[in-house]
Amino acid sequence: MSKRPFLGWFASPSILIAFAIAASFLAIVQYSLRAHVPGSLNPGGLTLDNFTTLWKAVYGQAFLNTVLLCFWTALFTLLIGYPLAFAMVRAKSARLRSAILLISLTPLFLGEIVRTYSWMIVLGNRGFVNAVLMQMGLIDRPIDFMFTMTGVVIALVHFTLPIVVVMLAAALSHIDRNLERAATSLGAGRVRVFATVTLPLSIPGIVAATSTAFAWTFSAFATPQMIGGGKVQTISTLVYQVGFASFNFPLAASLSLVGLLFTIAVLAIFNTGIRRLEKIGAH
Amino acid sequence: MKKTILDHALDWAGRILLTAILCFVLLPFIVVLIASFNESAILTFPPKGWSFRWYANAFEYRDFGEGLVNSLMIAAIGATIALIAGSGFAYVLNRYDFALKSLLNGVLMSPLIIPNFTIGLGLLILSAAASLPRSVWLVVAVHVIIVLPFVVRSVYVSLQNFERRYEQAAESLGAGPVHVLLTITLPLLLPGLVSGGLFAAILSFNEFTASLFVVNQRTQTLPVAMYNYVREYADPTLAAVSVIYVAVVAVMLLLVHKFFRLEKVLNVE
Repeated sequence: MSKRPFLGWFASPSILIAFAIAASFLAIVQYSLRAHVPGSLNPGGLTLDNFTTLWKAVYGQAFLNTVLLCFWTALFTLLIGYPLAFAMVRAKSARLRSAILLISLTPLFLGEIVRTYSWMIVLGNRGFVNAVLMQMGLIDRPIDFMFTMTGVVIALVHFTLPIVVVMLAAALSHIDRNLERAATSLGAGRVRVFATVTLPLSIPGIVAATSTAFAWTFSAFATPQMIGGGKVQTISTLVYQVGFASFNFPLAASLSLVGLLFTIAVLAIFNTGIRRLEKIGAH
Repeated sequence: MKKTILDHALDWAGRILLTAILCFVLLPFIVVLIASFNESAILTFPPKGWSFRWYANAFEYRDFGEGLVNSLMIAAIGATIALIAGSGFAYVLNRYDFALKSLLNGVLMSPLIIPNFTIGLGLLILSAAASLPRSVWLVVAVHVIIVLPFVVRSVYVSLQNFERRYEQAAESLGAGPVHVLLTITLPLLLPGLVSGGLFAAILSFNEFTASLFVVNQRTQTLPVAMYNYVREYADPTLAAVSVIYVAVVAVMLLLVHKFFRLEKVLNVE
């Protein structure tokens, strides 16, 4: 009798899927090295032109926009997500804990379109926020949220919040409360306990959450596409435009490839950071 | 220990902050709910009159109905495939060591890092290079790849909390591996499998970006149909669709929560 029953049966479907993932990655690499034949969907001969084209200002601007969006989104998501995760982990009643969890998860489960469309109604020129502010007489003319970086960041913070809250809550729930009790018994007030014990101990969680927020924002498409409306061009919106408006799939492939390498590089930096922090924590 | 004034102030500041953040999270959905009952085509706040006409409109627009059917079908097939492949993989990942295990794991988990637009573009190019038609199976393949990591994770967590002694007891009483699997392992893993499958179905139902790259007019999913609608029309029909959509997802989510507490799936306990 085999010592490892079902190994072959259980592993084969996932091996097939892994092959499909690998093959589609290779397809992107292969297309990124082929010439675009205008008017044809089939690529031409081998070339590096796609990568030299990417040095144009349009693509540089899209990269810059994407990085800026990632930065602002990660920052504000952390500022909002940390108190939420903290309240959830430390809530005394299980019911309150469940309620906070369910509410903070709603954006995750409602899909990009519903969420983004809802924000369009909230942020539009005749939208909820502007209507309320005008009626209160606080502003004379609507604030422009649509087609601006600010609007895209607000909606992206909402989009990234659930995963950040979950990751921060996981980190916070693994902190040994005895360390806080020790600090309290030595006379530290709540603010001091938080600033000198809880916050430092949650830094690995914060770094991990930041890296995920970065990856999510980087891959966001519907939000910059619909709220940015072509005015806030990111890598994702540009890949779509190059692919489906100009049918230049080789260029779209090389743009995705460079974006993917960039993501992997940034995540690798974050991971090294997390490992260093964990080492410090161990000593 | 007695609470000082500072403690009370902190408590209240915390409560206000928490409420404000929760309002921020829910605001768009509340606004969309109000907008869906707004009488006029132009959105105004507060609405001047109430009506159900956008709901009627939503039901009459054919793309939504077809999109919903496509989405439900793709979510059901995709989640089933992902559940079979993912739980099998979680099982071998949890119990065995084999050659190239970490490579296989890395490739299967890579969709967590690879942006969805890249996954969509990759499969579109792959299918074009292999001269495959842009059929519904291409969309299913994209969805399976995207939701698989979540299924693996959900089942893997259940396997980690699994009590191996029941299996050992059955084995020592002479049950063969298939017998043990069917009568001990599967029934005990059922909550994890059900929640993993529902989780996958919800994620697949919601997937938009990668789908946009691989669908055509005939295979478009509900999110893609909604996106196309909002590019063409500016009336609140989409608000009505959104409300129905939220209701459908909420039911699915409550089901997951019932079978297997969300805290467990997400490892925040």
